[in-house]
Amino acid sequence: MVNNNPSFIKSLSVSDLSRYLREIIESDEILYDLWVQGEVSNVSKPVSGHIYFTLKDSKASLKCVVWRSKTHKFNLDLREGMEVEVHGGITVYEAGGQYQLNADSVRVRGEGGLYQEFLRLKNLMEAEGLFKPENKKPIPAIVKKVGIVTSLTGAAIQDMIQTIQRRNPLVEIVLSGSSVQGEAAPEQIVRALLKLERLESLDIILIARGGGSIEDLWSFNDERVVRAISKCRIPIITGIGHETDFTLADFAADLRAPTPTAAAEMATEVTLIDLKEQLAYQIDSMDMIFNDLIDQNKRNLQNLDKTISDHSPIRMIQSDWQSLDAIIIRMGIIQKNILLMETTRINNYSNRLSALDPYEVMKRGYSMITTKKDPRMVSSVKKISIGEELIVMVQDGKFGVNVSSIE
Amino acid sequence: MNKKIDEPIEISSMTYEEAYDELARIVESLEEGEHTLEKLIDLFERGKNLSNYCKDLLNIAELKIKDINGEEFNSLN
Repeated sequence: MVNNNPSFIKSLSVSDLSRYLREIIESDEILYDLWVQGEVSNVSKPVSGHIYFTLKDSKASLKCVVWRSKTHKFNLDLREGMEVEVHGGITVYEAGGQYQLNADSVRVRGEGGLYQEFLRLKNLMEAEGLFKPENKKPIPAIVKKVGIVTSLTGAAIQDMIQTIQRRNPLVEIVLSGSSVQGEAAPEQIVRALLKLERLESLDIILIARGGGSIEDLWSFNDERVVRAISKCRIPIITGIGHETDFTLADFAADLRAPTPTAAAEMATEVTLIDLKEQLAYQIDSMDMIFNDLIDQNKRNLQNLDKTISDHSPIRMIQSDWQSLDAIIIRMGIIQKNILLMETTRINNYSNRLSALDPYEVMKRGYSMITTKKDPRMVSSVKKISIGEELIVMVQDGKFGVNVSSIE
Repeated sequence: MNKKIDEPIEISSMTYEEAYDELARIVESLEEGEHTLEKLIDLFERGKNLSNYCKDLLNIAELKIKDINGEEFNSLN
């Protein structure tokens, strides 16, 4: 393109030069893929979604740009004065006549840099009272509806759904999807959380993300996320990363679970088995009480029946019968006695009578005399007269005689 | 038409919690006693229906998942 012979030097257009420089720079193996360290300044985040900033040290500065398509890899909320290392490639911005770094990822500079940043933010927010224990809301024991903020495509959401399905499928889940990594994640997490908070019926919200590096989890140290969690009126359980990972979101939450699965477990403290046991207990109680009450009613009825039977006229009649019978028996006895007495008396009389029986006397040869007119026995001569006909009765018959003399 | 306050709610329209709560109240009420036999049997029958409904719900319970916009979420994706 360029002729080296000075006598044929031809002027280049600015565009040609810029393109030439750009081709050289962009084909350089070192400039193509490098880390640059420095202090962040002039951060600008226009609506286009790209991020512009300047990286500088005491002697020089470097324009940096993060295209919107790369911001998801940016886990740090870039702020003025931050010491960082930025990765990317050098290119030429032809319109501005500048070389710049097309950045695609960033890390806090030096050993434990992110951890230092974490501590700085933690102290800041702690001082502000965002983590106060007295502001923690209790986790309800009975949860009917759970909101979940997480990535809808990750493994975490599947684990959580399976855990809840296994433990208590009566729980309803409302998912509020969000990216959980990258520059846009904090804002999305906050928006997803606010959407859930607007729902009336949620008992609890889970904010979760599967395991990853400290950079991957960095969105959960973002001030906006931490504030939104701290302010939320619904109790929040966080399950971010693994057991060993602590984020500022965890500190702001009402309860920290070591993993997304553990968060799902904590949200379903009452399991299907518990519910079944409770139900069985109520059913047993109901059956038992009902049977007792029916038995008691039966017993009451029996008692009443007995009482009423005791007062029944039949019983009185029976009782009357009994006394009547007693009287009858007594009467029978009396009757018997009377009869016996009478018999004795009659026998007595009979004996006495037979002693007086004139026929007995007649057997011995005596006879009885009556007049014809008077059937009474003649016991005196005064009652007869001479010539009168008398009747003489002897033992075996009677005969007439005439009175021939009276003396 | 005035609806009686104590008119029983259609069981099939209840959530598990509603049905369980009413069942628990019935058991409590049975425990207190002081019911006519007719009322006792009514309560028991209602309790039986509620407990069967609860059992069914627990046995067939399947997780309801929706996204924030009310769309069903396919948990197998």
